[in-house]
Amino acid sequence: MQKTQNNRAWFMVLPVFLLVAFSAVLPLMTVVNYAFNDTFGENVFFWVGTDWFQDVLTDDRMWAALKRQLIFSAIILAIEVPLGIAIALCMPKRGIWASLCLVLLALPLLIPWNVVGTIWQLFARIDIGLLGYTLDQLGISYNLGQNATAAWITLIVMDVWHWTSLVILLSYAGLQAIPQAYYQAGRIDQASRWAVFRYIELPKLKGVLLIAVLLRFMDSFMIYTEPFVVTGGGPGSATTFLSIDLVKMALGQFDLGPAAAFSIMYFLVILLVSWAFYTIMVNLDREDVPK
Amino acid sequence: MTAVATALPRRRPARSLSAGTAVSRVALVLYILFLLVPIYWLVNMSFKTNVEILSTMTLWPARPTLQNYVNIFSDSTWYMGYVNSLIYVLMNTVISVTVALPAAYAFSRYSFVGDKHLFFWLLTNRMAPPAVFALPFFQLYSSIGLFDTHIAVALAHCLFNVPLAVWILEGFMRGVPKEIDETAYVDGYSWFRFFTRIFMPLIASGIGVAAFFCFMFSWVDLLLSRTLTSVNVKTIGVAMTRTSSATGLDYGTLAAAGVLTIVPGAVVIWFVRNYIAKGFALGRV
Repeated sequence: MQKTQNNRAWFMVLPVFLLVAFSAVLPLMTVVNYAFNDTFGENVFFWVGTDWFQDVLTDDRMWAALKRQLIFSAIILAIEVPLGIAIALCMPKRGIWASLCLVLLALPLLIPWNVVGTIWQLFARIDIGLLGYTLDQLGISYNLGQNATAAWITLIVMDVWHWTSLVILLSYAGLQAIPQAYYQAGRIDQASRWAVFRYIELPKLKGVLLIAVLLRFMDSFMIYTEPFVVTGGGPGSATTFLSIDLVKMALGQFDLGPAAAFSIMYFLVILLVSWAFYTIMVNLDREDVPK
Repeated sequence: MTAVATALPRRRPARSLSAGTAVSRVALVLYILFLLVPIYWLVNMSFKTNVEILSTMTLWPARPTLQNYVNIFSDSTWYMGYVNSLIYVLMNTVISVTVALPAAYAFSRYSFVGDKHLFFWLLTNRMAPPAVFALPFFQLYSSIGLFDTHIAVALAHCLFNVPLAVWILEGFMRGVPKEIDETAYVDGYSWFRFFTRIFMPLIASGIGVAAFFCFMFSWVDLLLSRTLTSVNVKTIGVAMTRTSSATGLDYGTLAAAGVLTIVPGAVVIWFVRNYIAKGFALGRV
């Protein structure tokens, strides 16, 4: 759509700008303040420059958490995106069953995150949880608190359970938007099911899949509540992801300086990756505009 | 159109449709079962006594009891947790959608100085880890005397809900042809009357979807709401952690509380079910 140049449009954006600035800029400045200063309490600060950043950057603990976080996000994306597309292709196109499926699929998305953690924590317990009990009866040694592999698998299954629906709903919406004429053209050409998917459906899903990948990347990279409730970052520090490490540092040990420096770098990593995604998305949008 | 048609390689004809459909239906049913089993287990536990939960594994409550739910509805800490959470969620939804409407209109219709940067800056707030903001928010709202009020949580949640609402609404508004705006102005409508009388009804489903998302993300976040409240506004998250640790291991009540947190979301979903798929695509399909 051709947009009109009009700087008075700023007035319409102003409320949003002020509201978000109030919630974002002021707290961010506090974080920056902590990141470059040290304090002995009573609001007396003195400048320490980039000391905290050097501390954090040379801290093995942070690098280990970052590595775990990257592996976790990569696994999550590798499972949830293909699974989401596959399930979306299985969904009925219309009717009461389609509505019912949508409601059931959206259900996990609406459960508060600490309740999701609680559900899976209870579900995985070997004494009272269905999953843990069943695995235990099958003779599989499964103990969240002691076995790092078990903890990882549980967290990944939990995240798949919790968030694949988002990818499904996005892909489903994308599929619904493909005009029937495309499928008819495929039928005339006697295209195989795979060819229809590869040459008609997948290219049309490009836009929604980018949103799905972006949202899933951001949210899995920021994950805090669910692993905190289920494993508490354990056993040892096997599932201590970035957020958990950060909160431990800031609220547990009250190392505000390093925690703030950590926050800023954490935020920058997310920003960088998201900026890359966003640029790709905007460029795709531009290509889609009919010339 | 023809380009798409000719790009298709001519290969074997499609498999018999019915077999393919059957396989996909089975896969779908299996996946939905996977989604429902943990929820079933929670509901199952919520109707059991603690003795039964801890002593035997039963797929069905041997002696179903409503005691866990009675505990919740007779204890004001519990039920006020739900009321408090609903209050700030609704406040946040109203604030977010109200401010996002004109902004999304501006982004979808006009280009202005710094529009792209502003849009990306808004999105970056959706990307900020709440854990980063927990402590600064606590200090900010304490210093302006809003700590432990509903509005503090509602405002804090605006951080990620307003950008999301702008993003969703902008997608829906883009789909409305610009000629409609121009015709209305020619017909002598003021901007405000045009926006409320003509434009908003046109994107009603988009507004519903945006409101649903604000509701959802405000409802599921318990990290910020726990940080920003203490005595007057006890949220359900606080009630759940406090009660389950204070009385030892009261699994039954914990499970019942969990079931009750699913209910408001399920009710809201039912109302937007026809738009929900499109809404998840942020109007961009």
